[in-house]
Amino acid sequence: MLLIHCPYCNQTLPEAEFTYAGEAHIARPSDPSSVSDEEWRDFLFIRTNVKGPHYERWRHFHGCGRYFNAVRDTVSDRFLITYKTDDPRPELSKLLEKSK
Amino acid sequence: MTHFSALSLIKNALSGQKNWEPQWPDSEPKAEYDVIIVGAGGHGLGAAYYLAKEHGITNVAVIDKGWLGGGNTGRNTTIIRSNYLYDESAKLYDHALDLWDGLSQELNYNVMYSQRGVLMLAHNVHDVQSFQRHVHANRLNGVDNVWLSKEEAKEFCPPLDISPNARYPVVGAALQRRAGTARHDAVAWGYARGAAARGVDIIQNCPVTAIRRGPDGRVTGVETAKGFIGAKKVAVSAAGHTSVVMDTAGVRMPLESYPLQALVSEPIKPIFPCVVMSNSVHAYISQSDKGELVIGSGTDQYTSYSQRGGLPLIEHTVAAICEIFPIFNRMRMLRKWGGIVDVTPDRSAILGKTPVPGLYVNCGWGTGGFKATPGAAHTLAWTVAKDDPHPANAPFTLERFSTGRLIDEAAAAAVAH
Repeated sequence: MLLIHCPYCNQTLPEAEFTYAGEAHIARPSDPSSVSDEEWRDFLFIRTNVKGPHYERWRHFHGCGRYFNAVRDTVSDRFLITYKTDDPRPELSKLLEKSK
Repeated sequence: MTHFSALSLIKNALSGQKNWEPQWPDSEPKAEYDVIIVGAGGHGLGAAYYLAKEHGITNVAVIDKGWLGGGNTGRNTTIIRSNYLYDESAKLYDHALDLWDGLSQELNYNVMYSQRGVLMLAHNVHDVQSFQRHVHANRLNGVDNVWLSKEEAKEFCPPLDISPNARYPVVGAALQRRAGTARHDAVAWGYARGAAARGVDIIQNCPVTAIRRGPDGRVTGVETAKGFIGAKKVAVSAAGHTSVVMDTAGVRMPLESYPLQALVSEPIKPIFPCVVMSNSVHAYISQSDKGELVIGSGTDQYTSYSQRGGLPLIEHTVAAICEIFPIFNRMRMLRKWGGIVDVTPDRSAILGKTPVPGLYVNCGWGTGGFKATPGAAHTLAWTVAKDDPHPANAPFTLERFSTGRLIDEAAAAAVAH
């Protein structure tokens, strides 16, 4: 069972309260009609699927209901950080330094 | 290669079982091959077998980072069926089912294919409509699938509780009689033995770290823990790690890797005659020849490479089984495990050519790859040998994610693949 820190409730709670919401920091094209089929494919379907630290979204479904972002290592399933949606994307090198 | 027969059994019994030959050698890599297959699961080994047997290409290596059949081939719940909704899927999975039919004879290796039937339970009006639609679509495609009343379902599967007071009452069921189970390890072993006997090298414990391309973009070989190995063609069949391997060739894949868990109970006397799936309550169950109840459901909710998965999913799965089969609610579970499955956005496989000349891919089978093993292997071998897809895998391209011509089984098959 994962223990996940909700940055809004400021509490660390069991996985069962949360739902996973896919990769984070994927921006919808700002001018959809000028986007090629390949760019649409990349936006809709292509994911980094990284083996290692993964930037992803979670939702505190059975709590505050809000979406937030997280960095989780997909090999150990350990969370490096969770942060609010409007916080800047944290730099990976600093996170890894901190988690040592 | 020793031909297995009643005679060879008797002969070896009389000599104290001491003279059996190894079924395949553990090979060291040569400098170059015509075809390298990355991933020694059922799909990869099967592709090597069909390349050698049907296309005469024997200068082939199958390379795996672990031992053969140690990934999802040895971690699934061994269910085989082909009752998929769409024409494309029905054709590909039924092609696999046709090959399953004669596989033990073909390989001279008992894969214990047991056509015990797969029963899919309907619990509400939506289920009834959805499954009847599947039954009709399947019949149009020549795939066997019949609709049963709840009494007929009970007759087919006596442990079923069809009383109206059940927590999730059974109102009917779809039955594919030709479907069933097989011994998963034996499939990998049988293909490995058949391929090795035809000259294929099986290289285990040798991770492929990168795919190399020449100045013209064409594949030149693979980097491995045992050094560079040249190849004219490379086929990647690496399940959950496909996107990691393909990334090294500069091909980004529409895949996400999730843990899929399964569990078995302690062994008991034969009680369960078929496979039962319930998409609405969300679990499936069968009984192995060893007597264990084999239980599974969907993937964990988050992507991971951990081959473990979390306990909440197991709890959910077991709860579903106890709701449908209250007689099992005091069974003790023996062990649980996880595999990493590669899931596509439309829940259909990707099997065919890639933008890189000489590079082929077989992936995206998600939670349902085992049943497709002979079909995937056979059509992958065809595609690699002829540089052109087999009619059965032609729609399962990588390009469909740009053209929008998806094969959207995600909505059609509900939960349990």
